[in-house]
Amino acid sequence: MTSKEQRGIYIHIPFCAKKCVYCDFLSAPQPDAVIQSYFDALVREIRLTACEEEGYGPVSTVFFGGGTPGLVPAACITRVLAELRACFDIRKDAEITLETNPGLMDEEKLSAWRAAGINRLSMGAQSFDDRELKLLGRIHTAGQIREGFALARTAGFTNINIDLMEALPGQDLCSLQKNIEALLALSPEHVSVYSLILEDGTYLAEHLPEFPPLPDEDTERAMYWHSVRFLLAHGYRQYEISNFAKPGKACLHNASYWERREYLGLGLGASSLRRETRCTNTSDMSEYLSFTALPDIRRNVTHLTRQDAQAEFFYLGLRKKEGVSLEEFRDAFGSDARVIYGKVLEEHEKDGTLKERDGRIFLTERGLDVSNYILCDFLP
Amino acid sequence: MSDLSEDIRQDHIRNFCIIAHIDHGKSTLADRIIEKTGLLTKREMQDQVLDNMDLERERGITIKAQTVRIIYNAEDGEEYVLNLIDTPGHVDFNYEVSRALAACDGAVLIVDASQGIEAQTLGNYYLAMEHDLEVIPVINKIDLPSAEPERVKQEIEDVIGLDCTDVPLISAKNGINIDQVLEAIVHRIPAPSGDRNKPLQCLIFDSLYDSYKGVIVFVRVFEGTVKKGTKIRFMATGAEEEVVEVGYFGPGQFIPCGELRAGMVGYITASIKNVRDTRVGDTVTDAERPCDKPLPGYRKVTPMVYCGLYPADGAKYPDLRDALEKLQLNDASLQYEPETSAALGFGFRCGFLGLLHLDVVQERLEREYGLDLVTTAPGVIYKVIKTDGSVMMLTNPSNMPDPSEIAEMQEPIVSAEIMVTKDYVGQIMTLCQERRGVYNGMEYIETNRALLKYDLPLNEIIYDFFDALKSRSRGYASFDYEFKDYEPSKLVKLDILVNREQVDALSFIVWAGSAEERGRKMCQKLKEEIPRQLFEIPIQAAIGSRIIARETVKALRKDVLAKCYGGDISRKKKLLEKQKEGKKRMRQIGNVEIPQKAFMSVLKLDDE
Repeated sequence: MTSKEQRGIYIHIPFCAKKCVYCDFLSAPQPDAVIQSYFDALVREIRLTACEEEGYGPVSTVFFGGGTPGLVPAACITRVLAELRACFDIRKDAEITLETNPGLMDEEKLSAWRAAGINRLSMGAQSFDDRELKLLGRIHTAGQIREGFALARTAGFTNINIDLMEALPGQDLCSLQKNIEALLALSPEHVSVYSLILEDGTYLAEHLPEFPPLPDEDTERAMYWHSVRFLLAHGYRQYEISNFAKPGKACLHNASYWERREYLGLGLGASSLRRETRCTNTSDMSEYLSFTALPDIRRNVTHLTRQDAQAEFFYLGLRKKEGVSLEEFRDAFGSDARVIYGKVLEEHEKDGTLKERDGRIFLTERGLDVSNYILCDFLP
Repeated sequence: MSDLSEDIRQDHIRNFCIIAHIDHGKSTLADRIIEKTGLLTKREMQDQVLDNMDLERERGITIKAQTVRIIYNAEDGEEYVLNLIDTPGHVDFNYEVSRALAACDGAVLIVDASQGIEAQTLGNYYLAMEHDLEVIPVINKIDLPSAEPERVKQEIEDVIGLDCTDVPLISAKNGINIDQVLEAIVHRIPAPSGDRNKPLQCLIFDSLYDSYKGVIVFVRVFEGTVKKGTKIRFMATGAEEEVVEVGYFGPGQFIPCGELRAGMVGYITASIKNVRDTRVGDTVTDAERPCDKPLPGYRKVTPMVYCGLYPADGAKYPDLRDALEKLQLNDASLQYEPETSAALGFGFRCGFLGLLHLDVVQERLEREYGLDLVTTAPGVIYKVIKTDGSVMMLTNPSNMPDPSEIAEMQEPIVSAEIMVTKDYVGQIMTLCQERRGVYNGMEYIETNRALLKYDLPLNEIIYDFFDALKSRSRGYASFDYEFKDYEPSKLVKLDILVNREQVDALSFIVWAGSAEERGRKMCQKLKEEIPRQLFEIPIQAAIGSRIIARETVKALRKDVLAKCYGGDISRKKKLLEKQKEGKKRMRQIGNVEIPQKAFMSVLKLDDE
């Protein structure tokens, strides 16, 4: 399939068993009754959206993100997928991902997910060190990651991602190395490595002195590049700043964000890109549960100007290791990126943060380290 | 025209001002007096009626003198016209104060009932004496628990030598005993002298620009009469105009009247386009029947402090020029001329009376004209005597001649008086010594308080001397100064190199003895101000080709946000927008980006 035809759907499941200390995602523990009415509202949104977006598709990727989609009863997931299939043209070979906590994976759930059509799992492992996991407020142990992973394989999942965090409080290069080795022992198809970011308002940010010290900038960068090198040496390809995959296993849904393909975001606080318009749903749960028409929940509807879209093309696209294609830019906007961004490109090629090869502009390793410093120059 | 002024008898006019140390309650007393005289209802009274610029209200300092005419029905049953001429409350504006005093016949001297006499109490009193004003002491804030009116009375008698037998003990804030002040004004301040039939002689004590009326000149008529149609001459500038309107000052408004006669205070308009033609202190006379000579005391106001003002966005240069032009209409002491800087582009070198004046102008430009400014370090005017005998007044460090062409450099010196309680005398003497002060003696005001006299280089006090004084005396020291003269000094130009390129806008002139320390601190400060960039940036301080200090800004190590929120890119976008905004506020020097505030950082070198 060509990239133009790919369309995605993102489903947000804003529930988790317990908030982690670093987490600032839209997610919280909720009583079962709320979860049940949430899925009613979600189905309502799917139906209304399908009417509004008639002809949207074929859909190549579906992504259940959160929160912890693995937490809710498998029947809820089945119901959503059935609804999606009824309302949209979901391709038979669509990539359908579900995020889950390793501690919530049992045989029954896994086979239900399989049966519903989930064909890719994303496990939020974060660490293989029980002490670190406890510190982060995770609900699972390293043992549970291994058990869950094995159960998933048994259930027939052949495309599994594991999330790992680095730059954890008290972490050093050696403890990170142990985590990577433990991860590689499972040989997942896909690995995401994120650095812990201290976000305002999180428990970690507000109780920082109670935690072991966070690694400094230099150590954090050393950790990042160490894990990149180690994963490359073990047969993974880096296709994005934080994402690694065995050949052919890159996450199509994720990539669609960086390639500015259209996606519909459904559920609390979910974001969409459609017809060069971005919008985000309300993040107020009671508002979401009681909505009757789509305008009730759509927020921040922003139509992208040509300049906005060109900026996005670069600042999203440059997250990909292979960078952006000058030809695609010309196809999309009818003008030459070298004309529009001549000065910026030249300046950063000169300072060694950007490079052109085979008609693609990409961030160098140095550029990756300081990417925000470069990317902001593309904004109008 | 219904016109009160026609019936006013000269012997029922009182022209006076209120003088005080800062915060002793000058504006509050003015408010109460206006309230008492009944021209304004309480509802109409804004707090501090006389300070009508926003900035003044925020800072609690009177910057531009305001004047008001009020009618007072005295206890003797007579109706008096009181002209209250407000005076600026800051040492930067001393000349304006002296002109306002010259327009008066008497002054109310407020002394705080707890703090007693302060440096500016004395400074203002001496100024009033120079103008032969009848001074009425008043003790304010008697309602405060810490008030010691008896002690302060004694202090006024001992130090100033004013009789305090009947001194009004007042609380301007609570309106206590304001009548006593008004009665004292009527009975003790003499009525103005002068003859309405003599040739016209008016003193300009202020002026302001009004977009409808043009320049409005505030005058005190000493001799003669002026009315609509009179052809007037400004004696210092020689400009001549026909009077369009005369009038007096209602509260917050101008009220036209038929004529202004000897002894009266009011305004004149004459379709004058520029305040520069109407200099404060100048004498206005009748062009067809001029007076013999101008009133004494006029001098051209000269700026004491210079700095460069640049628009943050180079494209806003014309806007800055227009804004300065407009401000100057109202502020004759503001001077500016275009200059260019390699670092900052096109801007203006501006002259100010002092640092407060600079602050006020800068804030007005930013607030009223919406300009985003980069200000270079303020400096004083140095006198350079070259080897060829010529003399140069140096207002911009970049123009300093090569040392081989300089025979001698001179810097402005001020005479300062500092009043301080005896516990802090040592501290303050140390401070003055650090600032290269020359001790001129000390007097004890009473057993507990001393008046220290020092000659200080102006350069050493314009930045933060006042703050240092306050902090080292726990707020007990007060300070007043006046320009003395230029004296020879060993001065050098300190240059700053960022990534080995000299940044002209960061150069400053400094006394050779403290050059090294200043250079070191400057480099440290810039290291904090300049954000890490893609490469390592050396920051150096140099005198000529000699490097005297160095710091290094390490290269940017990490600036990356890898997280993704399910296709929600708004956060990423916000972050990048913020970053872009930050970059915009930087100045590109070579390939280094320097934030605007770094150019002001030299001001804060002494922050501990």
